[in-house]
Amino acid sequence: MTVLALALRRLAASVPTLLIILVGLFLLLQLAPGDTVDALVAQMGGGDAAMIAQLRQFYGLDASVPVQLGRYLWRLVQLDLGYSAIYAKPVLDVILERLPATLLLMVSALSFAFTAGLVLGVLAARRVNHWPDTMISTLGLVFYATPSFWFGLMGIVLFSIHLAWLPSGGFETIGSGLTGLARMLDITSYLVLPTMTLALGFLAVYLRIMRASMLEVLSLDFVRTARSKGLAETAVVVRHVLRNALLPMITLVGLQAGTLLGGSVVVESVFALPGLGRLAYESVVQRDLNTLLGIVFISAVLVIVINFVVDMAYTRLDPRIGAGR
Amino acid sequence: MTITRRNALLTGQALALSAAIPGVLQAQAVPTPRRGGTVTVHMVGEQRVLNPALRASTGVYVISGKIMEALVDLDANGGPAPVLATAWRSSSDGKTITFTLREGVKWHDGKPFTSADVQFSAMEMWKKHLNYGTTLQLYLDAVDTPNAQTAVFRYSRPMPLDLLLRALADLGYVAPKHVYEGTNILENPANTAPIGTGPFKFSKYERGQYVIAVRNESYWRAGFPYLDQIIWRFVPDQAAAAAAMESGQIQISPEGGFALSDLNRLKKGNKFEVSTRGNEGNAVMNTIEFNFRRKELADRRVREAIVRSLDVNFFCENFLYGLAKPAIGPIPSTSPRFFSKDVPMYAFDKKKAEALLDEAGYKRGANGQRFSLRLVPAPWGEDIALWATFLQQSLQQVGIGIEIVRYDAAGYLSNVYKDWNFDLATGWHQYRGDPAVSTTVWYRSGSPKGAPWTNQWGWESAAIDKLIDSAAFEIDPAKRLKLYGDLATAINTEIPLWMSIERLLISVTNKSLQNNHNQPRWISSSWADLWLKV
Repeated sequence: MTVLALALRRLAASVPTLLIILVGLFLLLQLAPGDTVDALVAQMGGGDAAMIAQLRQFYGLDASVPVQLGRYLWRLVQLDLGYSAIYAKPVLDVILERLPATLLLMVSALSFAFTAGLVLGVLAARRVNHWPDTMISTLGLVFYATPSFWFGLMGIVLFSIHLAWLPSGGFETIGSGLTGLARMLDITSYLVLPTMTLALGFLAVYLRIMRASMLEVLSLDFVRTARSKGLAETAVVVRHVLRNALLPMITLVGLQAGTLLGGSVVVESVFALPGLGRLAYESVVQRDLNTLLGIVFISAVLVIVINFVVDMAYTRLDPRIGAGR
Repeated sequence: MTITRRNALLTGQALALSAAIPGVLQAQAVPTPRRGGTVTVHMVGEQRVLNPALRASTGVYVISGKIMEALVDLDANGGPAPVLATAWRSSSDGKTITFTLREGVKWHDGKPFTSADVQFSAMEMWKKHLNYGTTLQLYLDAVDTPNAQTAVFRYSRPMPLDLLLRALADLGYVAPKHVYEGTNILENPANTAPIGTGPFKFSKYERGQYVIAVRNESYWRAGFPYLDQIIWRFVPDQAAAAAAMESGQIQISPEGGFALSDLNRLKKGNKFEVSTRGNEGNAVMNTIEFNFRRKELADRRVREAIVRSLDVNFFCENFLYGLAKPAIGPIPSTSPRFFSKDVPMYAFDKKKAEALLDEAGYKRGANGQRFSLRLVPAPWGEDIALWATFLQQSLQQVGIGIEIVRYDAAGYLSNVYKDWNFDLATGWHQYRGDPAVSTTVWYRSGSPKGAPWTNQWGWESAAIDKLIDSAAFEIDPAKRLKLYGDLATAINTEIPLWMSIERLLISVTNKSLQNNHNQPRWISSSWADLWLKV
């Protein structure tokens, strides 16, 4: 019950923020030269004045900016995200089409990065300043410093072109008609490279945070107490240190939830994945205001939800946080 | 085949030869076509509207040209070939053009194709919505349908038959009346799930990913098509596309959407054909557009000086890997009917350029600069970006400072053609088979402000306007050619705009594809005879 009340309170508090973001973005895009009809015509490679005027009227671009903004907000109040100019269908449908690929990619990349980062971070902290630590830290630095598109392209060159183990791009085998487990395996084979590419960058960050956090907690008094009462080293690390060291990691996941939903334009482009990142990018290039605002709206709502869940996780990991409420 | 200019010429001669001696091609041992298989096609951009009767664009034809059909197509020599129309004739005054339509053709939903479909497409789509079409059919009054197999186009001003036929290969796609009638044409779902008469039936469109079309079992050309399925995949990233091509996930990239360096690399192996063969109908010219509102550029001597400062040959050989050549006049040489090489040209000569600039009164200042210009390059195509940099460096050498201002597609169109916010601009002139369709709008005055790829330069010449207008309504083909020759001469004398480079679209094709690129607009054509060697 309190959880629900808290959730509602959070949501209400974020309404003004959401409004500012949407109006700001709308006005910002008005500053960009050209509109969606210009972009359409550029893509067609030819157009004449009569047809262009007709299209502007069709998309409601002949109205003044305040009128367009007013129309948009009015529709939003009715929970209607509008009609996408370039996809010729409702914005909600366009976004929902792209959401699965993005979520799948991001969730698998983040889970992999989180798990591997955690394990490697713990290992490094346990053997601090010895060779495993040096090796893991150096590796982390390399992952962090290398741009992800390069990993992606090198992955394609090695695993798709030379070894021919994995497909070079796309989401699944087109027109294969696979279902069930076979389809799942098919999609997995397509997702290995992009997931790894995306995860390596995250992994480096998690690894370093985990290592630092572990080292800090290891030096605290209660760890000495735990050791002095005769607990085995594994029990100390897992039950006492790890749990406390996890808090910064959880914070980071919460922060990265935004990235998660925004998708990754670079990885999606390199692997030709139909995700939200590419959709947002294309919407800007194509000046498709409705789609862009729709993505921002949905992403903002989801970020609010995820941060709420993260807050709940804090309370579970460290009961002291929830106690004050 | 590697594409050097010599090869391109040889191919041209071979085509001419095979036309002169019918049977030369058939005499070669032709392997028996194999049925079945799937071809995956690389698409650079996603057009989203798949109805070529509403959107004239190569990106639409590459997909929908297999699903929907036009009244005519082009044959191997660039002449009209019958598709949905089997015969045509013009009245002596050129105002009435009668098409005889093919019998026994069915739409993919089973309904018969009739003259009513042609009438509807012409009046409701080509004349009202289709880009280029609205201009072409401006004087179309009505289409009469005396019977199901005859469509009579009535014009209020003479329409040259050769112009109409060449244009209709692109601008004459027929859409089914029974699907569109009584609906809002622009919102009709068939625009993204096309229903046509072509060799392949639309099956699925996943936005941002792919389009699939499958074999039309009841295609009117008996025994065709050979392929079972065509998949078009949208891969905007050049490196990713090249990887997919090399790993065999994609068999053909019709528009060659790869980096120039990748093209150069792919043509070296023996797996792929990197060639302009069969793209003669897709010529592109790199422009230099002058804004006459700048007083320096309004002076013809300055424009000639700019042209003379550019070593176009050097640029083509070294920057474009020899995949292009200097243009001569406003019409590309790949359009031999209209191309005229007897036009004034200005050889690369920096001394002469400097002398012209001095003469015009723009002496070098204290910093060695005469004046400075803003150059706006179009954002599409690697060649344009290279060309803009080349312009900048060449012009700096003769004392003209250049600031390059980059925008994305929408920004480019609105800054150059709507707001006239440029001094120099450079982009592509896409030639579409007949100067009246694609070229004269760049020179004709009176174009409404904001219309892209038209004369927005602030330049006007009554003599050139008159040439353009008389050529558009001249029904005697010989006289028409003469008028376009005069026009090219007048344009190259005045330099209102400079076509500097001509290129053909470069396709990359896996050599397992047979019967590919066998006519000048092959990538847009139906691919009914395309087959896949194991």
